[in-house]
Amino acid sequence: MRPKKANKIVFKSAEEMPLMICSVGHQTHNLTGAWRNIRPEIDRANCVQCGICWKFCPEPSIDVVDGWPVVDYDYCKGCGICAEECPQKCIVMVEERK
Amino acid sequence: MKKVMMGNHALSYGAMLSRSQVIAAYPITPQTQVVELLSEMCADGSLDAKFIKVESEHSAMAACIGSSVAGARSFTATSAQGLALMHEMLHWASGGRHPIVMGNINRSMAPGWSIWTDQNDSLSERDTGWMQYYCASNQEVLDTVIQAFKVSEALMIPGMVILDAFALSHTYEVVDVPDQAAVDAYLPPFKPEIRLTPTDPRAFGGLTGSEHYMELRYKLQKDMEKAPALIEETGREFEQAFGRNLGLIDAYRCDDADFVFVTSGTAGFTARAAVDELRQSGVKAGNLRIKVFRPFPFAKVREVLGKVKRAAVVDRNCSYGAHGIFYQEVKSALYGQAGAPPVFGYIAGLGGRDITVDSFKEVAAHARAKDRADEEIVWIGVKK
Repeated sequence: MRPKKANKIVFKSAEEMPLMICSVGHQTHNLTGAWRNIRPEIDRANCVQCGICWKFCPEPSIDVVDGWPVVDYDYCKGCGICAEECPQKCIVMVEERK
Repeated sequence: MKKVMMGNHALSYGAMLSRSQVIAAYPITPQTQVVELLSEMCADGSLDAKFIKVESEHSAMAACIGSSVAGARSFTATSAQGLALMHEMLHWASGGRHPIVMGNINRSMAPGWSIWTDQNDSLSERDTGWMQYYCASNQEVLDTVIQAFKVSEALMIPGMVILDAFALSHTYEVVDVPDQAAVDAYLPPFKPEIRLTPTDPRAFGGLTGSEHYMELRYKLQKDMEKAPALIEETGREFEQAFGRNLGLIDAYRCDDADFVFVTSGTAGFTARAAVDELRQSGVKAGNLRIKVFRPFPFAKVREVLGKVKRAAVVDRNCSYGAHGIFYQEVKSALYGQAGAPPVFGYIAGLGGRDITVDSFKEVAAHARAKDRADEEIVWIGVKK
């Protein structure tokens, strides 16, 4: 699993900043999962641990833990690609109730 | 070794001798031969580079950004509409500090549909944060590609090597092709401090809030301000290695001149012939060819024009609703300078119309008959 408590980096001067904006913590700080309208739910009863959802997740917001795919809802935007690509059709997109 | 080659192939040889590692390009007249020859070099093994075929110029620049961030020396070439299609990616390249070098063949923007030269394509990219070199000979094109990689990689700012459609791109000239070993000594391999690699994974180009964006742009401008001195320095090193100086400007017979043309690109060499003829008839003429447009060589322009009585800027471009673009820049460089001469602005040669020695004589006759520049634009050779 990726580290959960990433801190946003704020530079005090231009001098200490890198030339290009890279890995400065913005993406971990910004919990984009809040944008989600539908959430993927994985049914382990039918999952064959093929890893296709993990490969296709563009964020990437699916981790593999002890062989099982686990959705990281802090960052998953609910695009549904995992559900579309799952050969077992064991991922369903469920409407978020906010 | 001396070879006879077209301007487009001078770009290809420059990219080959620079040991470009990735070339991604989409063909467009009059640029096509640049990448045709490079694809042949990749195919026959004379250049150890990955040639990426893409579906548009936007994708060509996107591919170069990807390869550059991975640490590969990256080259592309385009022209006019293709450059315009790249526009968004040009900002990504400079803002992301990817030192890509690109050849751009100056071709007039459509409509009217045109394949012939003028500078509005590249000058429309003036504010994208790319360095711009306007070349006047095939030799200068080849040499400048090598120098541009050196300067770009030192400052992490991309560079555009620019040449006129047909007047250079398809014109054959004798070009001294430097030895590979000498080029390798001048231009060491590209080794960026930060790059995309699986051993040190990073995300590039992420969301940048108002607490950081301005500092990034401040750093880009500060590094751009270092470029004039670096271009001069690497130009002198180039002269030591290859016998040809590559500076910011090319001042021809300006030392004792009281009337100076300000030019760029191939018109800058035609202007030299006009200067020689005017000198024969007793006019102390000179020609200041501005080679590097971004960063603008303020100090050099002030140095040359500060001691003349009149300057006449001949633009092969127009900022519609304002002036010729070099004219604006030259005036801005001279504003408030003690002893600055009156600066006259002319537009000539749009859409590939020839700028001849006679065009320059017409400019000289007009400017020398006046004490002050009271017209915003004087058109040369237009059928009114």
